[in-house]
Amino acid sequence: MTAGDMSKVATTNGTTPATDAKGAKAAGAIANWADERLGLGTAMKKNLRKVFPDHWSFMLGEIALWSFVVLLLTGVFLTLWFDPSMSEVQYNGAYDPLRGKHVSSAFASTMDISFDVRGGLLMRQMHHWAAMIFIASMMIHMMRVYFTGAFRKPRELNWVIGCLLLLLGTIEGFTGYSLPDDLLSGTGVRAADGFMKASPVVGSYMSFFLFGGEFPGESIIPRFYVMHILLIPGILLALVAAHMLLLVYHKHTQWAGPGRTEENVVGYPMLPVYAAKAGGFFFIVFGVITLMGGLFSLNPVWKFGPYDPSKVTAGSQPDWYMGWPDGLLRIIPAWETHIFGITLSWNVMLPILVMPPLMLMILMALPFIEAWITGDKREHHLLQRPRNAPTRTAIMVALMTFYGLSWAAGGNDIIAIKMHLSINEITYFMRGAVFIGPVIAFIIARRWCISLQRHDEGKLLHGIESGVLVRSPEGAYAEKHVPLPVSEAYTLSARDDDPTPETVEEIEASGLAGRKVRLRKLRAKLQALFFADNIQKPTAEELHDAQHHAEHELHELESQIAAGPNRHGPTEH
Amino acid sequence: MRLLNRSAGRLSRHRRGPIAGLLVLALGLLLTGGLYAAFAPAQADSSQSQDELVKEGRELFLVGCAFCHGQNGEGVLTQGGTQYGPALTDVGSAAVDFQVGTGRMPMAQPGVQAPRKEVVYNKEEIAALAAYVASLGTGPSVPDTELYDTDRPGDLNGDGKEDSEDKELLVTRGSDIFLANCTACHNFEGSGGAMPRGGFAPKIRGVDSKHIYEAMLTGPQSMDTFSDGNIPPEDKKAVIAYLETLDKAPSYSGLTLGGLGPVSEGIIAWLFGIGVLVGFAVWIAAHTTRSSKKKDEAAA
Repeated sequence: MTAGDMSKVATTNGTTPATDAKGAKAAGAIANWADERLGLGTAMKKNLRKVFPDHWSFMLGEIALWSFVVLLLTGVFLTLWFDPSMSEVQYNGAYDPLRGKHVSSAFASTMDISFDVRGGLLMRQMHHWAAMIFIASMMIHMMRVYFTGAFRKPRELNWVIGCLLLLLGTIEGFTGYSLPDDLLSGTGVRAADGFMKASPVVGSYMSFFLFGGEFPGESIIPRFYVMHILLIPGILLALVAAHMLLLVYHKHTQWAGPGRTEENVVGYPMLPVYAAKAGGFFFIVFGVITLMGGLFSLNPVWKFGPYDPSKVTAGSQPDWYMGWPDGLLRIIPAWETHIFGITLSWNVMLPILVMPPLMLMILMALPFIEAWITGDKREHHLLQRPRNAPTRTAIMVALMTFYGLSWAAGGNDIIAIKMHLSINEITYFMRGAVFIGPVIAFIIARRWCISLQRHDEGKLLHGIESGVLVRSPEGAYAEKHVPLPVSEAYTLSARDDDPTPETVEEIEASGLAGRKVRLRKLRAKLQALFFADNIQKPTAEELHDAQHHAEHELHELESQIAAGPNRHGPTEH
Repeated sequence: MRLLNRSAGRLSRHRRGPIAGLLVLALGLLLTGGLYAAFAPAQADSSQSQDELVKEGRELFLVGCAFCHGQNGEGVLTQGGTQYGPALTDVGSAAVDFQVGTGRMPMAQPGVQAPRKEVVYNKEEIAALAAYVASLGTGPSVPDTELYDTDRPGDLNGDGKEDSEDKELLVTRGSDIFLANCTACHNFEGSGGAMPRGGFAPKIRGVDSKHIYEAMLTGPQSMDTFSDGNIPPEDKKAVIAYLETLDKAPSYSGLTLGGLGPVSEGIIAWLFGIGVLVGFAVWIAAHTTRSSKKKDEAAA
């Protein structure tokens, strides 16, 4: 019995009747009062015992959640001093080199937060670092969910919500990046203006609509501010709530293992264990972000100075999450079409207006595409190891490679100066690499997974190396293998066999005609490709034979040790 | 008085002596020569050694520079017709003082751009080289100290004195000029940036004020020339004052991460931020509910 439960123990000295402890009585009364009015008891009874399985990768989403909380807290602090206005004021704050300059109120108040508000600079940097970590942790959480197959039925919609969160987080980040009205953020807004104007026909209308006239105008920062502190956080909060409600409703996924089935969740309950673990993790996230806010400089606006459309700085980059479209923009050749007096800027449209929405759409569609190809309509609560779905794993690795290369291209100037390379050659290399790299990565990742599957098969059928070397009468040396522990063998073999794709004859025999048949043939072909070369888990007979063989080998080994001329072994010592 | 009269009288006895005239003449010459040496304008002195300086410079030039720039600084073309070493006939002494004084010249190897490295020549040799190259034609000369001495900002606010307020005005003006003309290549805090085809705008923090002034004046390597008509000397001084302020200012916001902008920030967010947090996640998940490990092992 834990210490926490001592309150439930009745106090008695043996002569007086047992009574409840005093504190428990008061707490019970309050709980009863609330329960009678809110019906919390029934809801809590179940959810306080909600079970969380233990695995580090299940906590990646929590980093995102907690950094979002840090964002809300620090963001509220910043709104108390930030003035989202583009009206011109004279800066008269504590930072000497800019004193007396005519700047926007937004910039002046950012400078005041940085230099005149106590703790303001720390809060600004924490807010910005938290934003960088928020989006990064959403991405690693998403990769975990994808690589383990946790997006499969019934969680496809939660996957879509997650993708929307990623999109909204990015927009939220961009609007925040633009608020201080320093040289860097102004350059970013200028770029966004250019991107909008690159959309055919409606471009300039859209730009004038957003900016309330020609760039930069006086409206963009107040408008971004409303989006940044009201509109997008509202939607973000709602989607986070939906994401977590679905998490509770679906229950947590878990890794396969003894005692773990599709019907249960093995782990620790919310109270008291996971409340402590997750609660503790919040403070860790908060602490790490505070540390970063205090240690690492982020967007030093006083060095960038106020935005002025006539100025620009080397190293003008967006925050990291916008880096990959920026990279594509940097490497795309100058393709333009002039038609009917209109210029179509493919060099801007493709990397900025086409690629990011396309990537997002691919991401959101992944669960549905995979389900269609595999024809798997069952619910899944046990996770798959990345190696047991080689094609799926390879698809994400290819996407990540494309992302990573585009991302690196976004820092081509920094790579050039730090590695003493020519920026032109980096660009030419990247132009090829973004196409070839993902293909190579796909092939390597897929074959790697299959090799790992083979390794698992070997462990199941031949056991693991014992470290015992045996010399045969002929003089040959061999290492003896011992069978895997049963629980490990169970975990390794607790996976489904891949389905066998329909053959053309089967489809034709089904009596369907026209488009449906063509679709089914396509699906069968894709399915064959999807599962091609995968190693299936050993059958029961194979395992039985392997066990038999292992026992035989063990006997042999023992008899060899007993009969051998050089008797040495554990018994001798 | 008597004593003086006596000694003067004694001296006066010799005034008609045979060597008196000679002696007075020698004394007179010595005096005029000495006075002239003490009070004559400096260039009169160096004008005499200027030729020697040029001569010495030419000797150094023939050994260290002529291979690429030609025996007479006329430049050397490659077989393909491109520049091997450009002509130095009209670059002036400021260019030499910058290129050699920052170690960029002589180059260690041909390349897109000469990187800054250890300085090869000493002060006197650099002055000699500069004198020789200046003698080849026109071009800006090495600036006087007062042009880049930011402790003499001049009376900028017009209150009749030259004080710290003027210095502040100079720095503020410098930040304007710096952000308008320099950051596009050299980055917002002078950390440097990339130029086409392997070229680069170098880091300009911690560089001698004189060299920054000369760089603006002569436009070395890929850099534009900011002539005095383009950025007047006072504004050049202002830029230098701003850079000095950046150098002296504490890092208000923590480690500057190379002052490179969002790329290095993104790297830190992933490597440090996500790295540490995932490490903590592993740590938390690895710990079971038991407070002591012994019990856990016993249970296992």
